[in-house]
Amino acid sequence: MSAGVIGKTVRGFTEALAQTLESEESARRRGLLQALDPRVKLVGLLGLVVAAALSRRPAVMAGLFALGVVLAVASRLSLWSLAKRVWLVAFGFTFMIAAPALFLTPGEVVYRFGWLAITAQGMRSALVLVARVETAVTLSTLLALTTPWMHLLKALRTLRVPVEVIMLLAMTHRYVVLLTETANAMFEARQSRVVGRLKGHEQRRLMVNTGGVLLSKTLEMGNQVSMAMLARGFRGEVRLLHEFRLRGWDYLAISGFAVAVVAAGLAGR
Amino acid sequence: MAKRKGRLARSSTLGRGAAPKVHIPDGYLSPSTCAVMYAASAPCWWAALRRTRRKLFGRTLPLLSLFAAFSFVTMLFNLPLPGGTTGHAVGVGIAAIVLGPWASLLAISLALTIQALFFGDGGITTLGANCFNMAIAGSFAAWGIYRLVSLGAAAESRRRVVAAALAGYGAINLSALLAAIEFGIQPMLFHDATGAPLYAPYPLRIAIPAMMAGHLTIAGAAEAVMSAGLFSYLRRNEPGLLGQSQNQLPHPSQQPARMGHPGNAALALAVVLLMTPLGIVASGAAWGEWGPKDFSSAAGRAQITIASRSAAPPAAVPSGLARLAKLWTAPMPDYAPHFVKSAGFGYLLSAMFGVGLILAAAWLGQRLVQFANPVANGYAERCDSHSFPHSPKDGGGGPPAGQRRER
Repeated sequence: MSAGVIGKTVRGFTEALAQTLESEESARRRGLLQALDPRVKLVGLLGLVVAAALSRRPAVMAGLFALGVVLAVASRLSLWSLAKRVWLVAFGFTFMIAAPALFLTPGEVVYRFGWLAITAQGMRSALVLVARVETAVTLSTLLALTTPWMHLLKALRTLRVPVEVIMLLAMTHRYVVLLTETANAMFEARQSRVVGRLKGHEQRRLMVNTGGVLLSKTLEMGNQVSMAMLARGFRGEVRLLHEFRLRGWDYLAISGFAVAVVAAGLAGR
Repeated sequence: MAKRKGRLARSSTLGRGAAPKVHIPDGYLSPSTCAVMYAASAPCWWAALRRTRRKLFGRTLPLLSLFAAFSFVTMLFNLPLPGGTTGHAVGVGIAAIVLGPWASLLAISLALTIQALFFGDGGITTLGANCFNMAIAGSFAAWGIYRLVSLGAAAESRRRVVAAALAGYGAINLSALLAAIEFGIQPMLFHDATGAPLYAPYPLRIAIPAMMAGHLTIAGAAEAVMSAGLFSYLRRNEPGLLGQSQNQLPHPSQQPARMGHPGNAALALAVVLLMTPLGIVASGAAWGEWGPKDFSSAAGRAQITIASRSAAPPAAVPSGLARLAKLWTAPMPDYAPHFVKSAGFGYLLSAMFGVGLILAAAWLGQRLVQFANPVANGYAERCDSHSFPHSPKDGGGGPPAGQRRER
């Protein structure tokens, strides 16, 4: 039991770390989206997500989803991996949420199972919800899987995100990985020392104390990092290196994204 | 549904690892709702950044980042709960207690942004809503509850641990309630011509109980256990982080006042008070401030029509207005007590009374906060940007180890 709780937590850490590595690896591949300027990709894919959110027609959402699949293939992403990690899981759980709406939404009865009645409005509502969530999740996942994190952050400047926020996000991401590894090591060490079954309150104490030690380490690290930053000349001004430059492909992509967003916006009304 | 909502968050690219419970994915809220929630969050982010910007030079910058990362990691903890189930905590309770509400809202917003952008937990279009629910409302709720429940409690008091638990519990449940309201208003506002909901399909009467059932029990318990547990740990090992090493920290009353001279403020207030009878110069009623009698009198109806750009009011008094109008009768109707004959003097008297009430409430609030804890701000705001107290291991700027225990 105790190993179960620790094991589940360790598995969560491992999956998060594996996903980080996988995203970095897929962002380095030579593909369509990877070759685009991150600003173009950010604005274009966000525009498509908003178009999917605005759309009222499942057919338009299906079109945007198909566009996402084409972009994923052109970006050399594994469709199987996307299906396993994104589409199937999103479908399963969104459908679980949407399914009661089949019966609970008032309207014209289409099928009747005893006292349960499926309405046309309920079917449409469930279909629209599932289609929209699948499409939006696919498009936003493409952004994460094809853009190195630092490039994505710098591209946020296009949306006028303050430079301090970008620096905070960059540091947070770095320490997310570091603290996840630290927590993982702490739990693995604990797992190797635990023999037998721990009672519920012992498990809780173990988890909370580990969290406390991790918080202590976090704050101590914060102190050390700030001193290291000052020692290296940090005086409060934040500067971002690397200037993005638009190329021919990027202009073409901007046009393509704009056409897709406008078309989806008009057709989805 | 709450459990399912929690599971839905795992439908992201993060897989089974993370299970934050109130993360709203893309597609559940209409773009206009998302825009409103971004607009509601933006001033809070701006104010929080403004408050902490002057500190970013010091160690607040890495502290915020690291606390955000810590919050992210704690969301991965599988916390065993009574009854054999497990839950995940967001960590907003302990963040608000340690950092203070403003830095906490930034730290939790950072964690949520990383989750949305990089790990796909919670949507990008719904990030404003998620940050408002969990980071902003959650931080202020946790901080307020902790302050209120620990009012006057000694540093070693068990009541402070209970306060930390309630802070986490209250914060996550408020976040869930806000999320449920956002879900619940979707079918009312956004449906197609046939009546089929276009976004989250359940009305408030279903969304609220469904969300709250899971959060009042499992998610709330996880947050309470994590907040109370971490608070106890910090109190034992890092009392300086909880503002309990007050010996070296200046009392707010000793800090130089940043406001202008109080005499100037009093003079400005007096001028504004004397100008209040200007209100009687205005004719008609303000739009939307109508009473039931305005709907029944011809003059009132004419004013409503003019103020509403020629849109005629309903023939009868709206039933809701008629019902609620009897609920409360103002002690000074129309800004003048019954015994006052002069309208101008009535305005002035009402203004003085109102200002006096506000000043009294502000004074009382300030006294309560000072009484609860003389150090009103969180750890992040107490960090001196130009000097480095001892590391948290050494007490976070607190007194020597032998004197750490609170009086």
